[in-house]
Amino acid sequence: MQNTFGNTLQTQWDWRAAGNFMFGGSGGALILMAAIASWPGTPNLVIGLAALVFVGLGLFLVWLEIGRPWRFLHVFFHPQTSWMTREASVSVLLFAATFTGLLIQAPSLLAAAGLLGFLFLYCQGRILKASKGIPAWREPAVVPLIISTGLAEGAAILSILLIVSNAAQGWLLYLLMGLLGWRLVSWQHYRQRLAANNAPPAALKILDGINRPQVILGNALPLLLLATVIVLPDLLQPLALLACILATAGGWLMKFTIIARAAKVQGYALGKLQKGRPKIKPPVRREKDKFVFSRD
Amino acid sequence: MTRYVMIADLNRCVGCQTCTAACRHTNATPPGVQWRKVLDVEWGEFPDVQRLFMPVGCQHCADPPCMHVCPSTATAQREDGIVTIDYDLCIGCSYCTVACPYQARYKVDKPEFAYGDLPTENEAVRFDERTLGVAQKCTFCSDRVDAGVEQGLTPGIDPEATPGCVNACIADALSFGDIEDENSNVSELLAENTWFQMHAELGTEPGFYYLWDAEDRRQGTERVNMDVQDTQD
Repeated sequence: MQNTFGNTLQTQWDWRAAGNFMFGGSGGALILMAAIASWPGTPNLVIGLAALVFVGLGLFLVWLEIGRPWRFLHVFFHPQTSWMTREASVSVLLFAATFTGLLIQAPSLLAAAGLLGFLFLYCQGRILKASKGIPAWREPAVVPLIISTGLAEGAAILSILLIVSNAAQGWLLYLLMGLLGWRLVSWQHYRQRLAANNAPPAALKILDGINRPQVILGNALPLLLLATVIVLPDLLQPLALLACILATAGGWLMKFTIIARAAKVQGYALGKLQKGRPKIKPPVRREKDKFVFSRD
Repeated sequence: MTRYVMIADLNRCVGCQTCTAACRHTNATPPGVQWRKVLDVEWGEFPDVQRLFMPVGCQHCADPPCMHVCPSTATAQREDGIVTIDYDLCIGCSYCTVACPYQARYKVDKPEFAYGDLPTENEAVRFDERTLGVAQKCTFCSDRVDAGVEQGLTPGIDPEATPGCVNACIADALSFGDIEDENSNVSELLAENTWFQMHAELGTEPGFYYLWDAEDRRQGTERVNMDVQDTQD
């Protein structure tokens, strides 16, 4: 087996894990956008439930991937340092707040659900950043990228749902344009940081491969279409719908590529030679230590 | 306090894979799973080409990313620094696997044996159904270490208290011991030699040291130029 530095793809997290980042991220942002759009009222039931379907679908895909699925409750055991535990915990609160808020029509609960949706998205970014074995994930610039694309997808999906129900909101399209701009900047920054930090060339090549469709079809074209809608509001339905679909698909393509295709492992390496007895660092957590917060 | 570490002397290792075979026999790991393996590393450009053999596996880091990310607390760290996996807690999410910069973790979903569907005598004895669908990796043979310490033996000195790979090494390239004891075998080896840790820049503080005293070989050791071949798979 040839194992040249950085050329091996991790195979433990496949399309199912990518699905959680794609659909879960979109769903978390969707409930946030819906809460903002409907404030001080409550979101439409269909929109609220759609957000939960997205988050639930993402979590279900992860559940399909784990080796011992019936032990899934163990995922809640390590909130002290594990971002996966935190993501799962936030998802429970997110479901509870959204369901209850929709049921009793409580704007404050749905606002809380929106904040939880954002937290869910943030947890996803930190899950990747804590993955030290994968250079394309541990790059800190992945966090704003995951957040910006999630928010853009959430705004885009909400716009789709509102447009098809003839309830489009102009400000939401402006917000989507701003988020697409942020995502574009985050994407370029992420790739620059990866290159600067000597990420595996094979990973960079894969990311370069989607750069053109991502930039043109996922960001520039939706921005152009939305700008056209501002000038020609009569074309709202076809152009804004197309823009939102492209914006969502662009985000999903990017996340799928980062998770399932560009996830080259760290690889092996020789290290910096040293002489003399090393300075010994004690293990960070002995078994008896109950609470140690992440150094990440 | 005690912190167990392992040392691989790259000047001694001949790449015979006896440690790999010993590990697989001791732990009855299934095909494709190598808690201890030896890389065949080449670097440089013809005609100035160098080669070495490099044992790898779990580095039992002092600050293990696998432990921090584990959502179930299945991955833990003993007081002596050995990083452990509780097979009954692990959910098999593989987050630890992607968090490990040393490719040290494996997950096997179905029973697999070296020679077909039926286990060998050794595999039948050592097979543990709890390891299916969960993360697994080198344990530093903690069961041997614990049993030896209970008998008053010294890990790294007495074979009965020492990991199987270290015992099996034909070239005396692998050493094991307590790095917090200034007079231990491993402390003396590190004090007297040049050494490195893999990916120390990631802050994991690996408990696996590589002795390498040929400084003139440093030319061309940039990791991107390394051609690493895993000879065992």
